[in-house]
Amino acid sequence: MARKVKMRIWRGDSKNGDFKDVTVEANEGEVVLDVIHRVQATQMSDLAVRWNCKAGKCGSCSMEINGKPRLACMTRMNMYGEDENITVTPLRAFPVIKDLVTDVSFNYKKAMEVPAFEGPEDLKPGEYRMQQVDVERSQEFRKCIECFLCQDTCHVIRDHEENKKSFAGPRFFIRIAELDMHPLDRLRNRKKKAQEEHGLGMCNITKCCTEVCPEHIKITDNAIIPMKERVVDVKYDPVRWLGSKIRKREGIE
Amino acid sequence: MATGVFSSTRAAIKERTLRTDRWWLQPAITFGVLIAFIIYATFRAFEKKYYFTEPLISPFYSPCLSTACLDGSAHFGTPIGTITLFGIVISPALFILIFPLGFRLTCYYYRKAYYRSFWMSPPACAVAEPHKKYTGETRAPLILQNGHRWFFYFGLIFNIILTYDAIIAFKNPEGEWGHMSVGTLILLLNATMLWLYSASCHTCRHTIGGRLRNFSKHPLRYKMWTWVSALNERHPVYAWISLIVVALTDFYVRLVASGTITNYYFF
Repeated sequence: MARKVKMRIWRGDSKNGDFKDVTVEANEGEVVLDVIHRVQATQMSDLAVRWNCKAGKCGSCSMEINGKPRLACMTRMNMYGEDENITVTPLRAFPVIKDLVTDVSFNYKKAMEVPAFEGPEDLKPGEYRMQQVDVERSQEFRKCIECFLCQDTCHVIRDHEENKKSFAGPRFFIRIAELDMHPLDRLRNRKKKAQEEHGLGMCNITKCCTEVCPEHIKITDNAIIPMKERVVDVKYDPVRWLGSKIRKREGIE
Repeated sequence: MATGVFSSTRAAIKERTLRTDRWWLQPAITFGVLIAFIIYATFRAFEKKYYFTEPLISPFYSPCLSTACLDGSAHFGTPIGTITLFGIVISPALFILIFPLGFRLTCYYYRKAYYRSFWMSPPACAVAEPHKKYTGETRAPLILQNGHRWFFYFGLIFNIILTYDAIIAFKNPEGEWGHMSVGTLILLLNATMLWLYSASCHTCRHTIGGRLRNFSKHPLRYKMWTWVSALNERHPVYAWISLIVVALTDFYVRLVASGTITNYYFF
């Protein structure tokens, strides 16, 4: 059944902007993105919004709804009360381009800083053989759709613009963890790099990245904390370090 | 210069957060419970009495290693002797509390809890923190959080000792075995929750098998890792339950030792 809903949509660009109030129809089963599209079709034809698949798999329609980082295509309207004024803003950790569209190129720069997978020298791609049990940890991280909600909510960069230089963010910590846990990856200095170049030590594990992940990847428990422990193995645990010198121990290099 | 969500290139929104839910409730509850525990534990650590009555000993004072310990409570000898400061005998609790305290302070779950509720860094997700600068755990003193595993190892020793305390609680006040009281059950519950808290710890998960690159070469460790991983999902629950049970165990021993209540024996 259709109902009228009130929305406050932030409109503007990098110079200035403000909230605009709209009242718009919302139908049974619709999501926030549907309603934003109706606003665009009926009241604000120049409203900028980034979207693509409408199925929670492309990661394009990331925005903040009532202050929470969310995918607009996966946020159902019936989550909100009949009289609730729903506030929609662009991601607040990144520079705004126009209305609900932000410049997320920070993430692409950080992606380039993570060294790629290096397979065994004597095997060509297609000849790699691994046991499922050895790759399933990494596979969880491959579910990432790069919506960058985790990056947006991470207070290290959300609240401190100056940290963007030295902090890769949770999306790239799961990438580093994925490769460090990969049974065939040859690169052995990912742990030290994670700490010294990608800013793993900046993370204070307050778990907001995990809370907002639409793919329900356990970013903190399964990637960041295991990577922090691996960093301790090579940087802060003299006993384990000494043990690895006396006798080769798997995983400590 | 404005930074964070108020940076010049970001959407010009004056509110620190636009969240409409009660985001402050969880950090407020965490703050309240942790403060209550700190006040109670501090009071008990300095009280220096009512922590032992045959066969029950409070977890705040076990192992009691000082000659200042109450008669019969030093199950593992008195290697520390008596240390005084400005003429005041230092409480036996102060020599040992650093270990369980350090274990909880550096715990990955408690870090989340107190960074949010005490330091407001951040108070909740997508709620701007009040600090101008942030360096995380890269500098002293917070870089010491990387020492969590050492406290984990010490914590295991304490778990063994507190399990021993629970076992000797199967004695009656005259020292005869084969008896069980309400105190026995409470000490057993306390030891069990502490073991669950330790076994579900992220460092335990890493040590058991998490650091391995090839699980297929270590099937036994992989199996144990899956068990610890299952426990690890409930680590916050065990963290809270074990904290509250430790305080309640001490409180029960205090009530019995002070003569407020009688330790009821089932047999």
